[in-house]
Amino acid sequence: MSEVKFSKEHEWITLEGEIATIGITKHATEMLGDIVFAELPEKGKNVEKDGTAGVVESTKAASDVYTPISGEVVDINQSIVDDPAKINEDPEGAAWFFKLKVKDLSELDTLMNKEEYEKFAKETSS
Amino acid sequence: MIKKTPLYNLHIQHGAKMVEFAGYQMPIQYKSGIIQEHKFTRENAGIFDVSHMGQLFITGSDQLTNDLEKIFPVNLKNLKINQSKYSFLMNEQGGIYDDLIITKLKDGYLIILNAACKKQDFEIIKKKLDDKYELNLDESLSLIALQGPKAKDVLGKVVSNITNLKFMNGGEFEYDNSNIYITRSGYTGEDGFEISIENKKAEKFVDQLINYGAKLIGLGARDTLRLEAGLCLYGNDLDEKTSPIEANLKWAIPKSRVDSDYPGSNIIKKQIDDGVKTLRVGIKPETRVIARGNTKIFDKNDKEIGKVTSGTFGPSVECSIAMGYVENNYSPTNTKIFLEVRGKKVPANVCDLPFYKKNYVKGEKNV
Repeated sequence: MSEVKFSKEHEWITLEGEIATIGITKHATEMLGDIVFAELPEKGKNVEKDGTAGVVESTKAASDVYTPISGEVVDINQSIVDDPAKINEDPEGAAWFFKLKVKDLSELDTLMNKEEYEKFAKETSS
Repeated sequence: MIKKTPLYNLHIQHGAKMVEFAGYQMPIQYKSGIIQEHKFTRENAGIFDVSHMGQLFITGSDQLTNDLEKIFPVNLKNLKINQSKYSFLMNEQGGIYDDLIITKLKDGYLIILNAACKKQDFEIIKKKLDDKYELNLDESLSLIALQGPKAKDVLGKVVSNITNLKFMNGGEFEYDNSNIYITRSGYTGEDGFEISIENKKAEKFVDQLINYGAKLIGLGARDTLRLEAGLCLYGNDLDEKTSPIEANLKWAIPKSRVDSDYPGSNIIKKQIDDGVKTLRVGIKPETRVIARGNTKIFDKNDKEIGKVTSGTFGPSVECSIAMGYVENNYSPTNTKIFLEVRGKKVPANVCDLPFYKKNYVKGEKNV
């Protein structure tokens, strides 16, 4: 599996072959608070880089989930729809959101590595 | 300038995330988060800093009672000393300026007002009373709510003789060599108390409650608790264009006052006799989708019939819950309605309030 990359919208992404797995970061869940609702894209749908690909809601507010790269949705994690609290428990592991068949691998180059993201998250949350 | 309550430092010490609310820095949540705080209150005892709310003392005797009955649609003559009633400050159109709790004291009345409304309420009430009485919106007092099934045990360790207090009744009690005023009331659907205490003693008092097992709870959980209990939030579910009858709060206006004079009384009487066009109802979406305030409501033929005024996820009932106003003929329980959330129509049903019900301990259940 490739290095984990991060977007400015607080999504993480890993790559295995041409399939990318995407979720939201621990930092994002800490900002949102308790997540009580998740909506994911439909399987087979084509999503565009930086376009909306889902929604999460905390007890306080709703937030869009964006896709950091373009591709076709090949799998979704139904378990987080059925039990959204899992997203707070393990956001960067078991609570991934969706998998994409990547359209253009070079789009990954625009994303941040772990160190860059941590710096970004710290700067934007203070 | 944004105000701080006397418990500000304590909130920070306990890891509160602070937000501005009605001109005050208030805790929205602490480290454990809204859902844990909500559940803790339902199972144990939660402490709420509600010092931003107004504590209005009006001094006077029988003539004051007469004059206040001209302002509030409530029966104050029959009220015993230390007894409380839920009521409204209304405009001439029957709309609600504020919802409030009024308690009869030995030498007058105590009225608890919403933080965002208290200054305007004060001016309205003062004007209507023609400056005949002494009004004091007392900023030297904090207000602490202690709510939950263990509230009486925790409070009982800090203050003596509180277990005899009945629901919607209050009294003076001794704490740290001075008098504090406690009512048995609240905003969570749980047994509980509201304690009015000098600012300088508030932190010590709350620290003691914490030592006996209670925990600080933020405004986030206060909102999910009150919504599960079917209680209105002024500014969301009630406003100057909505009457108590439309808000389905007719129970708060006693029959003995329906024919007498108070602001908006003609309109209220007409609404009681002829019915209203829209009515506040409970709403349960059929999925986990949350319908926030201002979500449009439709019938099965795509006709717009109302809007949601409060909506959240109920941590104790474990589903999406909402309240809103619908055209009267859609108000019966189990009526199928549709909520427009992010462009999709989500099926939902009108339901009875409250969503969460627990029996209040002892005494009068007013609602």
